[in-house]
Amino acid sequence: MKELTIEATVENVPVVTDFVNEQLEAHGCSMKAQMQIDIAIDELFSNIAFYAYNPTVGTATVRVEITEDPLSVVVTFIDNGVPYDPLKKADPDTTLSAEEREIGGLGIYMVKKSMDEVAYEYKDGQNILTIKKSI
Amino acid sequence: MTINKKQQGAELELALEGRLDTTTAPQLEAEVKQIGADVTSLVFNFAELEYISSAGLRTLLLAQKLMNKQGTMVVRNVNETIMEVFEITGFSDMLTIEE
Repeated sequence: MKELTIEATVENVPVVTDFVNEQLEAHGCSMKAQMQIDIAIDELFSNIAFYAYNPTVGTATVRVEITEDPLSVVVTFIDNGVPYDPLKKADPDTTLSAEEREIGGLGIYMVKKSMDEVAYEYKDGQNILTIKKSI
Repeated sequence: MTINKKQQGAELELALEGRLDTTTAPQLEAEVKQIGADVTSLVFNFAELEYISSAGLRTLLLAQKLMNKQGTMVVRNVNETIMEVFEITGFSDMLTIEE
């Protein structure tokens, strides 16, 4: 298990991505799964950066656990910001035209669709969001 | 992410290289906002683009709305990961995607 605690800013999204990719590459993760996980990191960590501590800045912890047989990864995002369950957000209508479309809601929807499991928990003043994916 | 820009008459090609995500989408948004009224054909070349997140989709939506008013927009050379993102989000029906 590896863990990184870092300021939750948009500028740190690439740092978190590199940190997770390092673990994935060490375990021979497929390129496709890695890119899907990278997209999920972008969605989830930037959400924390934008909303968890707004208008101040706080820290977030990203934990990576790799389990064998079947090879899979669990990435956990933890912050102490305002309680927010992104999984409660209604799925967007993906059949609308460009003119009818509303901005927002697509990110978490993409995470739900591309990961094997997504879970949220609020515990001891912390938002804990977990994604799991076979690699 | 790198944006390689090529304009020939009324056609503008934006070739993207790297990742189109929260960190880099503002770069593309600035490019899209600069597109002049003389551009009637916008071509996105994704041959060197690794992946796209929702922040990138928002920028593509912005570009599509602009081009709906003044011409056409196509997206070319989309890789498997990006195509899946387009399919999941319904962007595959909204955008014109060419081989």
